[in-house]
Amino acid sequence: MGEQRAIAANLQTRRLVNRVMLTMAAISILVVVAPLILVLAWVTMQGLPALNLDFFTRLPGSPDDPHTGFANGIVGTLILLAISSLISVPVGIGAGIYLSEFGGSKFNTVLRFATDVLSGVPSISIGVFVYAWLVQPTRTFSAWAGGIALALIMIPLIIRSTEEMLRLVPQSIREAALALGAPVWRTVLRYALPVALPGVVTGILLAMARAAGETAPLLFTALGNNQWSTSLNEPVAALTLQVYFGAQSAYEIQKRQAWGGALVLVILVLVTSLLSRLAIRRVYAL
Amino acid sequence: MKISRLSDKAFIIVTRVLATMVLLATVGILIGTYKGASLSLNTFGLGFITGLNWDPVQEVFGALPFIYGTLVTSLIALLLSGLVGVGAAIFLAELAPSWLRTPLSFMVELLAAIPSIVYGIWGLFVFAPFLRQNVVPGLKAMLGWTGLFQGAFYGPSLLTASLILSLMVLPIVTAVSRDVLMSVPDSQREAMLGLGATRWETIRRAVLPYARSGIVGALILGLGRAVGETMAVTIVIGNRSEIVTNLLKPGNTMASVIANEFAEAATPLYQSALVEIALLLFVITLVVNIFARLLVWRAERGMQGTVRV
Repeated sequence: MGEQRAIAANLQTRRLVNRVMLTMAAISILVVVAPLILVLAWVTMQGLPALNLDFFTRLPGSPDDPHTGFANGIVGTLILLAISSLISVPVGIGAGIYLSEFGGSKFNTVLRFATDVLSGVPSISIGVFVYAWLVQPTRTFSAWAGGIALALIMIPLIIRSTEEMLRLVPQSIREAALALGAPVWRTVLRYALPVALPGVVTGILLAMARAAGETAPLLFTALGNNQWSTSLNEPVAALTLQVYFGAQSAYEIQKRQAWGGALVLVILVLVTSLLSRLAIRRVYAL
Repeated sequence: MKISRLSDKAFIIVTRVLATMVLLATVGILIGTYKGASLSLNTFGLGFITGLNWDPVQEVFGALPFIYGTLVTSLIALLLSGLVGVGAAIFLAELAPSWLRTPLSFMVELLAAIPSIVYGIWGLFVFAPFLRQNVVPGLKAMLGWTGLFQGAFYGPSLLTASLILSLMVLPIVTAVSRDVLMSVPDSQREAMLGLGATRWETIRRAVLPYARSGIVGALILGLGRAVGETMAVTIVIGNRSEIVTNLLKPGNTMASVIANEFAEAATPLYQSALVEIALLLFVITLVVNIFARLLVWRAERGMQGTVRV
């Protein structure tokens, strides 16, 4: 009898421990996702009032003038994204195709390793590198330098998504095309790539969203600019840089506009992530 | 595949050239940064890493205060996010019903995508004042005797930076740990449950030991992210180049000192010293990431049908 009671008591403590630990796990996930809600709520609350017509159409000006905006930063970010995409999309897709279609060699192992290394380089180190390699010799901060720095961040992301998506394409599609006498390049570009296209495009969009949110690599490359820039060879403004400078400003108007810029960035990231999730779900459903 | 056509050969060459550019870029970054750092490397040698003094006016540069700052903030972040992240991963992988798992996992992904600068501005204007009002007084009262929490707290500090870093590292630790846990074979769980174990005992004794090396990999990946994180830390750490043990005081990390001072570095030696910090940062994250990838890769690989205790 005594033994049975001991077992029953033991079972009770085990159940209690079970319940406590599982509750802690549930609390943990709340702690993880709470910042999402808190950050979104604050950024929306603080940023929304700043998002008026002036914000999107006017230049930054004197700190006590409410009729100023981040228009040049938005355009600057678009310019930087255009340059970086122009470089990273062909390189990323080309290298992705090479990895998935012509795999198996030692070169591929090295390439995959290099891609991993590149994606792990701290973004500030990329900024410093582009400064030493491009800005210093040309003696000017420029949109080119900023775009190249962002391209270095986008390339590994695009390579990885392209390779993964191409690997999902059934081998039978390639075999069918080759059996009908299609050349390899045609098989890949006309038959394999189109099947993987939604996933590849999604990868590019996510990489662009990531690049749009980067600040550190632009500090010593694009530099920022309070005016419209008229040439790709001069410093250019960027949304993230303006948020950074605004957050450190002593003036209320500039702080508010920094929140507005942060809200625009967050919306950009949220929309891209949601869209890409929908697109990828459709690909997998195929 | 047999390649005979000229057009196919050209196609392979083109993709191969594009792929080689990636290789060149990676090697180029390493060499370029090394060259930029050479002046500082030659002037200070190994003393650069152990030097306590960072004095741009006298042109004496020692990086130890920043190495210390990076170490302290990253380790605190890792400690906090490790505990909470693994707990959350357990919930996602083991407990959550699938209708809850999908949206929660998506939220974790979104968190990882929020730009660092947004965490920074939120940390400076919302989180730091919150700490000052609600957390720091309690910390001082309870742990003031340790010397880690003393004196006035103005917001930007090692503590604020560490906590913001924890929040930023959490999503990656959670997501990777969840993947590792989900790749543990069900036979492990079934065997343990069949013996009459509770859910927690199953997780504790059959799932976690099996996933151990993968979870360590997830933590090290988080460490890699924490070490290289720049903007959020730069905004909330307060920018002071000294070693202080008091976490309520401002400090500086390797990444934040570059972000703060590079644009003003007027002399070649000053600039080169900052480039050397960027080089150190690159090398550290490189080692950390390789190590982590190996662990996660081995953990997910080794889990095919074998029973381990």
